[in-house]
Amino acid sequence: MIYDMEFETLPREALEAIQLRRLQAVVERVYATVPFYRKRLDEAGVKPKDVKSLDDLQRLPFTSKKDLRDNYPFGMFSVPMENVVRIHASSGTTGKPTVVGYTARDISTWAELMARSLAAGGAGRGDIIHNAYGYGLFTGGLGVHYGAERLGASVIPISGGNTKRQVLIMKDFGATILTCTPSFALHLAEVAEEMGVQFGQLRFKSGIFGAEPWSEKMRGEIERKLHLVALDIYGLSEVMGPGVAMECIEAKQGLHIFEDHFIPEIIDPETEKTLPYGERGELVFTTISKEAFPVIRYRTRDITSLNREPCVCGRTHIRMNRVSGRSDDMLIIRGVNVFPSQIESVLMEMEGVEPHYQLIVDREGSLDTLTVEVEVGEAAFSDEIKELQNVEQKIAKNIKEYLGVSAKVKLVEPKTIARSEGKAQRVIDNRKL
Amino acid sequence: MRTEQISVFLENRAGRLAEVTRVLAEAGVNIRALSLADSSDFGILRLIVDKNDVAEVALKEQGFTVHKTHVVAVEVEDRPGGLHTILQTLNEAGVNVAYMYAFVQHSGEKAVIILRLDQPDTGLQVLNRKGFRVIEGSTLATL
Repeated sequence: MIYDMEFETLPREALEAIQLRRLQAVVERVYATVPFYRKRLDEAGVKPKDVKSLDDLQRLPFTSKKDLRDNYPFGMFSVPMENVVRIHASSGTTGKPTVVGYTARDISTWAELMARSLAAGGAGRGDIIHNAYGYGLFTGGLGVHYGAERLGASVIPISGGNTKRQVLIMKDFGATILTCTPSFALHLAEVAEEMGVQFGQLRFKSGIFGAEPWSEKMRGEIERKLHLVALDIYGLSEVMGPGVAMECIEAKQGLHIFEDHFIPEIIDPETEKTLPYGERGELVFTTISKEAFPVIRYRTRDITSLNREPCVCGRTHIRMNRVSGRSDDMLIIRGVNVFPSQIESVLMEMEGVEPHYQLIVDREGSLDTLTVEVEVGEAAFSDEIKELQNVEQKIAKNIKEYLGVSAKVKLVEPKTIARSEGKAQRVIDNRKL
Repeated sequence: MRTEQISVFLENRAGRLAEVTRVLAEAGVNIRALSLADSSDFGILRLIVDKNDVAEVALKEQGFTVHKTHVVAVEVEDRPGGLHTILQTLNEAGVNVAYMYAFVQHSGEKAVIILRLDQPDTGLQVLNRKGFRVIEGSTLATL
């Protein structure tokens, strides 16, 4: 079902006219209100009035996660704080989160786009949405929640965790739409099986899965085990949250980017040159309707390609293919963003522990596991087992506190972590997506 | 009166223990006694050797994490209750044993136990007072 028949099926010409008008307005506004953007545009020798066509977007400088961090917490907001009604945050590279703000209108727009997404995933009035994305600073839970209410569906704000109770509730409440991370969906299937609950006998029609990378193979597995249509949703808090792009149930072939609100580009992450349509590269977004926290050419670090072929569903918005990787070293573990440098700063802060480490990511059953191997130097070494186990526990506790992710810590001998050209290989990702 | 002990951190991986013994053999170090403590993914090898400094340098050169600690070596009567009297003495003095291991001397008449104590000075005092034979590090190395 198409939620907003007018805007989602706009002829390309009309859509591009809207994009240009909104782009010009947002560039003008950030230039006037955000010192960071004014400085960047001045350095690039571009004035807002130079944006005369959509192609002129390429003349604007990029914005990176580091820029957001440098302006922590509210430096990138383009409205006074009295107009900000909501603040979300995601993990950053040094423990400092990336902070985003929303005006009342932003929240409304977000709800609208999430309503579009849920409708594209087969949801509507009368559906019961079991929303197992985390509620809190993370945008997943509340994003889906507001969209479900806007759509007029019934939403169960179950959030994450307590899987057994979740299985009981989805069964008893007769949920028809499941929203969560793809790995949690598989975990639900396992727990349901242990409890003797058969997904085939539940009422689920479709599931809307995102917040971590997954694959066609996982789609097949989820559909087989959960007896529902599995669809991909994309979003990131810096751009808005979930609902930036959504796969339609009609085609199940790529995610429609809501182009009346976001302009996507694909660039070569090395040269930063815009790539022609269809080529794989890093996805870059410019938000053209957000008020509190607009971003200009934000580098998502997600690797994908765009597809402008018309879609059978009737939507005219361009599609992005499934995200196939990252152009930086960010890991997504059980939906939590983890940068190796964060682990490093946790280790650096601990006395006696050396910052020689390796992260091993694996998938046991359907859940991601993170093992942190840390080399034992002389300062940390004690000849009593319990002392060393204390060190392991303390590292694990600090990682959990700073990063919000559980890790198994394993002490290893010095110099055992493979080093190539003097630089240690920090991450071994054994997950087969 | 205390004896120096060398502790080596070992991962639970095949061949690691043999690597330590190889390094020590090549350095001409003789092992007098040893014990291995382990958790699920690592172990600690504790060694009494004849040449502590040589052993330490050789192991460190090979990248091992090495730590020297002081332990107490006591002779134990080779009869029922021999060990018990020692432990009872320590217990009565409120001295705790973190870990211990034993080895038998060439003559076979007496065993020697190596004790890691939380209060080594008090421990030594009471052991001496009760007439137990505490063995010097230098003596131990040449037994």
